[in-house]
Amino acid sequence: MIRDITIGQYYPADSILHRLDPRVKLLGTFLFIISLFLFKSFFGYIVVFIFFASAIGLSKVPLRFILRGMKAVLVLFIFTVFFNLFFLPGEEIFRWGIIRITDNGLYKALFMGIRLSFLILGSSLMTFTTTPNQLTDGLEKALKPLNYIKVPVHEIAMMMSIALRFIPILMEETDKIMKAQMARGADFETGGLLKRAKSLIPLLVPLFVSAFRRANDLAMAMEARCYRGGTGRTKMKPLCYKGRDYAAYTIIAIYLGLIIGTKLLERAGLLFYL
Amino acid sequence: MQIIFDKVNYIYGKGTAFERHALKDISFCINKGEFIGLIGHTGSGKSTLIQHMNGLIKASSGSIYFNGEDIYAQGYNMKQLRSKVGLVFQYPEHQLFETTVFKDVVFGPLNLGLDKLEAELRAYEALRMVGISDDLLDASPFELSGGQKRRVAIAGVLAMKPEVLILDEPTAGLDPRGRDDILDQVTKLHEEAGMTIILVTHSMEDVACYCDRLFVMNNGELVFQNPTKEVFAHYKELEEMHLAAPQVTYVMNMLKEKGWNVSCDATTVEEARDEIIRALGSMH
Ligand SMILES: Nc1ncnc2c1ncn2[C@@H]1O[C@H](COP(=O)(O)OP(=O)(O)O)[C@@H](O)[C@H]1O
Ligand SMILES: [Mg+2]
Repeated sequence: MIRDITIGQYYPADSILHRLDPRVKLLGTFLFIISLFLFKSFFGYIVVFIFFASAIGLSKVPLRFILRGMKAVLVLFIFTVFFNLFFLPGEEIFRWGIIRITDNGLYKALFMGIRLSFLILGSSLMTFTTTPNQLTDGLEKALKPLNYIKVPVHEIAMMMSIALRFIPILMEETDKIMKAQMARGADFETGGLLKRAKSLIPLLVPLFVSAFRRANDLAMAMEARCYRGGTGRTKMKPLCYKGRDYAAYTIIAIYLGLIIGTKLLERAGLLFYL
Repeated sequence: MQIIFDKVNYIYGKGTAFERHALKDISFCINKGEFIGLIGHTGSGKSTLIQHMNGLIKASSGSIYFNGEDIYAQGYNMKQLRSKVGLVFQYPEHQLFETTVFKDVVFGPLNLGLDKLEAELRAYEALRMVGISDDLLDASPFELSGGQKRRVAIAGVLAMKPEVLILDEPTAGLDPRGRDDILDQVTKLHEEAGMTIILVTHSMEDVACYCDRLFVMNNGELVFQNPTKEVFAHYKELEEMHLAAPQVTYVMNMLKEKGWNVSCDATTVEEARDEIIRALGSMH
């Protein structure tokens, strides 16, 4: 049940996307997310879709697995679409009782839906193909210049990697505690909102206790290994670019070019009816 | 027969890269009042197996019967099953959540829909059974020692008055004294209340001492389900599964190799003592 949440998880596979340098993937994901918010017409999303679909194809992560990531944010997704669809002012195109849909609402709901799903799927594709360690290594290296303006880049990266590392551990823990309480007759699934919220107490209290216990243990273990931040620290596997990384940068540059081109066309009003 | 497993299979993460066939064609039956030991190396599927017995995990294929009823049948009352088959997880102290020891133990019986008085009575009784003294009833469960916490957690399951009690490595991480206390209490429940007990453990000595029958798991398969002594006669095979027989078994086998006239059946220190005395007597 709890394992259905796949956001932030790593999916081990042997694909070109898995082998890419994390910095490439970070930049790629960043540009991809920005590109989602550029367009006002559907044509732009065709370009986005082609790019994303080929990335999924290359990643060798099963589509079913990727789509499962949407389940976790389904509520948010439905909310967004729902409010856009029914509550935006505009020219009425449909009416049934108090329900009315306007052209503006329909259009906004559609776009928000598309953007939100691409946003979630895109960022989860990155975490599927990149281990938390690689991710923070990449982030640390890419943000290194910020050290000069006294941003504690290493510490931030460390915090992030710990947080990411803890996600699966806490999920497993949740699963275990849930089962243990169900074995004592706890019921998490039926009842009204209040009853359900109350039934979470036997789950949340042990979960927090265990999270603090683990955090304590980890702090102690780091202390015992004389950890004292990033100064003077070297890496066992320093990141360095390979041929495929330059190739990927080229592809990202082409994507960027296409996006900008499409945007310009849209601006010029040539694609308005698409 | 109380619990019957018929060709039960379970696969974790079916259809993903994490797929793992954790149980392979498991079939067995357990009679009322038996004391079963379940052993196997780490990751052999013991915890997965016992979670099937109270319906926390649904088998990928196969059927399970409790008291003659198919637990996967339409409309089967799972909640009732869970009250009849009490499951104490590994490190059960991690599931404590209430503000006082007593409230935590009362949680189970209240979930069964018992009235408050009856639930409290059962909680009180259960805490007595595991040897938690009255002055600790209002203490916070988080202030107790490790062994006390575990006993409170076990009481939380006992208070539901199950017919079958399953304990997943109940003695892991306890000192010898705490270990003996818990096992003695379990034996008492077995003997006095006639409870069926399934004990998951890594200690061959415990198993030899308490269990009638031994289930041995290896890589998701149930390799043995025989009386304890029979299983330990196969100690060479057990070693191949990264398990072992009790030390006494080794001692007796060595004596036999040295030409002593002893039988290798003995699995506890007392039996070995008697057997050696007998052999000594017959030598003179
Ligand atoms: N929640 C889970 N998700 C995926 N795999 C699991 C899960 N729990 C256990 N496993 C796997 O199933 C196998 C059996 O585990 P388990 O029943 O816990 O063994 P044991 O209790 O004998 O140590 C192990 O290989 C373990 O990695
Ligand atoms: Mg286990």
